[in-house]
Formats: sequence, C-alpha cells, structure tokens
Amino acid sequence: MDRLVFLLGTGLARGAVLALFALALVLIWRGARVINFAQGAMAVVSTYVAFEVTALTGSYWLGLLAALVSGGVLGFAVERGVMRFASPRSPLSGVILAIGLVMVLQSALGIAFGPDYRPMRVPFDDSAVLVGGVPLLSPYDLFVLVTAVVVMVVLAVLFRWTSLGLQMRAAAFAPEVSRLLGVRVSRTVTLGWVLSSVVGSLAALLLVPTSLGLNPHATDSLFVLGFTVAVVGGLDSPVGALVGGVVVGVAMSLVTGYLGAGLVPIAVLGLLVLVLLLRPAGLFAAAAARHA
Amino acid sequence: MSRPQRLPGQRPLARTLLLAAGWTLVALLGTFALDPFRNYQLALVAAYLCATAGLTVLVGASGQLSLGHAALMAVGGYGYALTSNALPFGGVARFVVALLAGALVSAVVGLLLGLAAARLSGPYLAGLTLAVVVALPAVASTWSTVLHGDQGVQTAFEGVPDALRRVIALEQWQAMVAVVVAAVVVTGLTVLRGGRFGLRMQAVRDDEVAARLSGIPAGRVKVLAFTASSVAAGLGGAVLCFVAQAVSPGAYTVGFSLLLVVAVVIGGLGSILGAALGSAVVVLLPWLIGRLTAGLPTDAAQRLDGNLAVLVFGLLLITVMALAPQGLHGALTARRRPIDEPVRTEEHTKVLVPTEEQR
Amino acid sequence: MTALLEVRGLTVGYGGAPVLRDVDLDVPAGSIVALVGANGAGKTTLLRTLSALVPATHGTVRLAGRDLAAVSVEDRVRSGLAHVPEGRGVVAELTVDENLRLGGLWRGADRREAIAEVYALFEPLARRRNHAGHQLSGGERQMLALGRALVARPTVLLLDEPSLGLAPRVVAQIMGVLRGLADRTGLTVLLAEQNVVGALSVADHGVVLGLGEVVASRPAHELAADERLRHAYLGF
Repeated sequence: MDRLVFLLGTGLARGAVLALFALALVLIWRGARVINFAQGAMAVVSTYVAFEVTALTGSYWLGLLAALVSGGVLGFAVERGVMRFASPRSPLSGVILAIGLVMVLQSALGIAFGPDYRPMRVPFDDSAVLVGGVPLLSPYDLFVLVTAVVVMVVLAVLFRWTSLGLQMRAAAFAPEVSRLLGVRVSRTVTLGWVLSSVVGSLAALLLVPTSLGLNPHATDSLFVLGFTVAVVGGLDSPVGALVGGVVVGVAMSLVTGYLGAGLVPIAVLGLLVLVLLLRPAGLFAAAAARHA
Repeated sequence: MSRPQRLPGQRPLARTLLLAAGWTLVALLGTFALDPFRNYQLALVAAYLCATAGLTVLVGASGQLSLGHAALMAVGGYGYALTSNALPFGGVARFVVALLAGALVSAVVGLLLGLAAARLSGPYLAGLTLAVVVALPAVASTWSTVLHGDQGVQTAFEGVPDALRRVIALEQWQAMVAVVVAAVVVTGLTVLRGGRFGLRMQAVRDDEVAARLSGIPAGRVKVLAFTASSVAAGLGGAVLCFVAQAVSPGAYTVGFSLLLVVAVVIGGLGSILGAALGSAVVVLLPWLIGRLTAGLPTDAAQRLDGNLAVLVFGLLLITVMALAPQGLHGALTARRRPIDEPVRTEEHTKVLVPTEEQR
Repeated sequence: MTALLEVRGLTVGYGGAPVLRDVDLDVPAGSIVALVGANGAGKTTLLRTLSALVPATHGTVRLAGRDLAAVSVEDRVRSGLAHVPEGRGVVAELTVDENLRLGGLWRGADRREAIAEVYALFEPLARRRNHAGHQLSGGERQMLALGRALVARPTVLLLDEPSLGLAPRVVAQIMGVLRGLADRTGLTVLLAEQNVVGALSVADHGVVLGLGEVVASRPAHELAADERLRHAYLGF
C-alpha cells in the first residue's frame, strides 16, 4: 500500500513533466500544424546550457534561467531559420526538416561534449517525505509539480484572457482571416515556437536530474513519452495534454514500480497502439466536430 | 480491346522485368571487379536498398513517413536468425527458408502497425514508428530467453557453395546474394506500384476523401502499403543478418532509422533509383569521413566518430528539403529534360499529401 | 470630387488571360457600390487584391488619396479597410465575444463601446455571446462577421457574398442594416454579390464585372433597368 502511494506520488510528478513537454508539442501543432520532432533535441541543448552555466556560476537557478533564455532563442532561430522552409502543402516536409535538426543538434552536442552521461545535481533533497508515516513525494518532486502547475496556469491565463493569447489562438485556427483583422500571423507563429521551446526546455531540465544524467540523447525517450501523451490527450487540446500527462506519468510509474523500468518503452508502445486503434483523435479531442 | 491505361512513368510488366534482369546482371558482374571490402560495402548498400526502397514507396505512394524502418529490418533479421538456427538442414535451402521466414515475421508486424496507423496521416505514423524503434532494446531484453537481450542472436555461417568456392570469395558471394534479394524486392515494389494497387495508393495519397468516395478502401490500401514496405525492410534486415551473421538491437537504433530517412530524402522521395543513390551515400559517406578523421588525435577522433557523419547528414537533409525537395534523382532528371517541356508534376512534386482538407 | 477608395488600371495575373484586367473603380465616401457579375468574373479576386491577399501585377489602389501599394494585409485594416471574406471567416473555435474582440484588437479604449454597438445592432448575437462560432446558424455567422468588421470602425468595408446560403428574410435584414449604416454613419461599402437584385436594391452605384473586366459602371437603378446587360452578364 505504501509502495502504491509512493508510486502514485512519483508518477504525478513525472506526469507533470510529461504534460509540460506534451503541452509544448500541442502549442506548435496548434500554431503551425507541425509535430516538432526536434523538440527533444532542442530541449537537450538548453539543458546543456543550464549545466554549463551552473558549473560556471555554481548556481542552479542561474542555470535554469539560462536554459529558459536559450530555449527561447533556439525556438526563434529554428522557426525563422529552418521551419520557414517547410512547404505548407506537405505535412511531411516539416517532419523531415525537424529530423534533420535532431541530427544536427545531437551530433553537434556529441562533438562538443562527448557521449558520457553527466549527472545533474539539484538543490533539493531527493528522499521522500513521510506523510502520516507513508513516503509520498521528494521535495524535488514537489518542486517539479509546483513549477509545472505554475507554468500551466500562466499559459492558461495568457491564452484565455490576454489580447496576445487571443491573437495567437485566432492565428492558429484561421491564419488568413486573422491577417485580415490585423493580426501579424507571422509573428504569432514565431512567438508560438519561442513559447513552446521554452516550455519544452523547462520540461527537459526538470526531468534530466531524475534520470541517468545529461547526454545528447537524454531526451529521446522524453520525446516519445511526450508524443504519446499528446496523442492520448489529442494534439489540439492543452487540457488533453495535462490529463494525458498525468495518466501516462502514473501508468509509467506503476509499470516501473511493479514490472521493472525495462518494460516502460514497451508499455508506451502498447498504449500508443491502443489509443490509435480505439480513439485516433485522442481521448479529449473535440476537433472533429469543430470543423463543421 | 482497348490498351490498358497507364500513368506517366509506369511501364509494362515485361519491360520492368527485363530492366530488372539487366541491372541485376550488371551488378552481379560488377562484383568481380571489386575487392572484398568494396563487395562488403556493396552488400550493405543492397541490404539498405531493400529498406529504403520500401520506405520511399511508402512515402511517395501513400504519403506516410515511417521513422521505424530500422526496427522492421531488425524484425526481419531476428526472423531470419531464429529460423536459420532452428532448421535441421543447411546450405542454400536454409538461407532461402530463413529469408522467407524473416519476410513473414516482418509482414505480420507491419500488418499490426499498419492497422494502428491506417486512420492517421503523416505525423502520427512517424511518431508511432519512432516509438517502435525506441522500444526495440526493451523488447530484446524482455524476451531475452529467445532474443538474447543486447547481445542479440548469432547465426550459423553461410559460406560460399562448394561449386563456386574456387572462383568467388566470401564477400563477393555475400554481395551477390544481397544484390539478388534487393533486385527481387525492388522489382516487386515496382510492379506493385505500377499496377492497380499503385493507382489506388496515389489516389489515397492525393485526396483520401475523394478516393473513398470513388470506392477505394483507403484504410485497407494504407495497411497494405505499410505491410509491403515492412516486408521489404524485413528482407533487408535478413540480408544484413546473413552478411553479419548476427542481429542485435544495438545495430538498429533510432539513429540508423533516421539514416534510412536521409537516404530516401536525399535520393528523392518516391524514387526507387533515388533510394539506391541515397543508400550508397549513406554507406559511403561515413566511411569517407572516418578515413578523413583517422589521422586526428584519439580524443578528437573519438568525438567526431559517428557524430561528424550524422552532422553532415542532418545538414544535408535540411538543405535538400528546403532547397531541392525532389532530391538527387529530381536534380538528375531535371537536367535531362528539355528546357521548354513543362515540368512533370506527377511523380516527385506531389509526393507529399496536402492534408488541410483531410483534417 | 475624388472617391474614398480609388482603383486604377488594376491587373492581376500574368499572360494571355489575366484574372483581372485594367479595372477602374471608384467608391465615393458614404455610398454603397455593388460589384456584380457571374461566378468567376473576378469579384472575389478583386476584393482580395484590395486587401493585398493577392498581389496586383499592375495598377494602383488609393484609400482617401493614400497609395496602398506598400501597405501589408495587416496594416490595411489599420488604415481603415475592413474585409469580410468569402465564407464569412468566423473563427469557429472562438466564441462570439472573442471574435468581436478580435475585430477591435488594435482599436484601443473605445473597443468596448464598439462591441456594445454591434450587440445592439445584431440582437441575436448578444444572446449567444459565449457560444463558439461553430454553434451559430448561417445568418448569425454573417451578422458576426459583419459585426466584427464594424468593431474596427472601418472607413471602407469590403463584403464578399454576404447573402450566400442565407434565407431571403435574413438577406433582406442584412442589406437593410448596411443601408442604414451608410445613411446614418456614412459607412462606405463595396459589396460583391451574385444576388444581383438584392445588391442593386440597396446600392447607390453598380459595377458589372465580366471575365475580369469592368463592362458597365452606372447608378444602381439604371443598371437594374438595363435589360440587355441583365441578359448578357447578370442572368435575369
């Protein structure tokens, strides 16, 4: 029983990170109709930036800040420098460009930093806190959860209640009409990439310390998990990303705890196949009805 | 009787077979001119070609991209290796039966994945197949009693048949076998694409809704396309296993899967000749780069090893996609075309589906 | 007196069969000009060229004397040109209120007021302000599209086929609103319509487009009375 509670708690924290990463995918999907296969690679670049800055200054928080900034810069550069070349008529050209980017970024990191796993330290205790005698969450897990919730609330406020958010949503759904109403769609698309890249970088930065360590491929499985979450929740639905993240995070935590970590990729694959067979539009998508 | 209608670019069956036989013969004779290492590289190119030809037909004809063809190759390789080890007899018969078993297993896996992806367009299949290739090492270690985890499965050595042993070295024999298998795969795919099924795939790719309205079972067409592509990749994996006498998850990584995509894109999406050119580039370039960096100090060489080639491939992929989406093959045919003739759009430019309406 | 919107020699497309050829058009301030013609005559292209969605090959477009050649799509709306596109362009995923807010994005402080005026003008919208665009009927969508354009307080309103697919009663209502706005507030309208009778009945002036060229430009009532033109270009 104690073990179950602990696994649920860890799963929740894990799920929050996955939800953040999936949210980043959803942001770009909604804004540009591209699944950003390079998001993991972009996020790992930012994580290296954080690692280096922390190593230089000794401050975790400066590293975190640097990662967010570099995430934004990278999002801007990738959209303006690479993704602008994607043909609007072909959904695959964006995917292929992103794959090229993955190869470039990961191999460049490999050349610069080598293949070794570097452990990342965080200024938090990672042993679980006892609540009523039951181990529940580590302080770091709590930090992750709170951060994820804060980011999601900020994004929700931005999109729901600000003029900028309204413009971004409108531009995503109806670019031409939005231009006719004076929305600078080209800028909102870029801004979507910047935001998404910042959120993705944050997710990677939160996850890497709980994994083997930092390596050019450290986010490969995060990407697959995040993609699964986005598909489970529906690529068009930020709420779906949130719920999907928690569901997948908890499920993976239970699989790890009871069956072994080695089975996680297989469980992910099974889940993905199952959702695609039963609810291809995702569990929370209302998109099909909306295109009427 | 009216003559059967053909799309531009389609050939009558007899001509396809003749052409295939001609090319195969040239390649087989060519193995005599190559040294053992070149023959080994030729065998690799031929094995890769099986997979890339399958991939290019999938992308070009059905508009779906797979990032998991390395995993499907691995499936074919495991099918080949396990069957080969279980058979009581040896020689060419063992090779053929094991090869067919590899094809069968990859067909079954391809069918399952195809069913899951049938209702989806491009990006979903790409993600799903990526998850497959990421899960491969976990599959190998979870069922390690059969698949032997990270170490993989060793197979018995298939030497040169006695009758040929005097004239042919092992590497040349392997190259010849690989060329023959690749020829069968490529011919099969060409015939498939040239026939009625090819028309249906194009119809589904260009406008799925319209295809459904004209009575084409779009879902079934997509599943079949993916299965055929999967069999092609499986045969490539089986050949690779025959050459290397082993199959292990470490050889079929995400990186290798992406390399297959690179081969297909730089060759020109949808073009089988392009897939062949792309496969050659993917085999030769890392080797060339390896030779260039061989003189460097150990630390630098170690970091550049593998990474530099991937960096070049990534840049190549972005450049080709941004500037010349028709790839090498497109560039070559464009030069041959008279200037005043309008650009043909049927094969290469419409490779990728406009799905704005489909969503 | 020069017109508020002045188009001279506008040509779109290249080669032997341009989509629009040498089009001249004047829309005087406070008037409604009906742009009529058969399907494929170039009405939509003309409107899209005026708002820069389609690049012009030759010719000039002036709004209140200012040449718009270098003005982008996004900035034309800021200089007073509103365009309600073919198919209305209601953003289906956003609510009625959000669609209206979108109309007044760069409008500043009087936005609230402008939105309130639209709700007063189109009463059914006020009752559905929190409904998503895809939940509205065709008539309500047209009201929303028109209202959203009005929130921007445009000097010239380009309307593409507002009557398409609507019941005659709704069409009459919308045409009535347009006439009222032109009379009361001095709104200037360029109205592209296939519904020739409806359009000419509210318009001051009519322009007939045939295969990309202006074939007639006369006061609306004269145009409606010209039997030869009606047969040749307007099909009634």
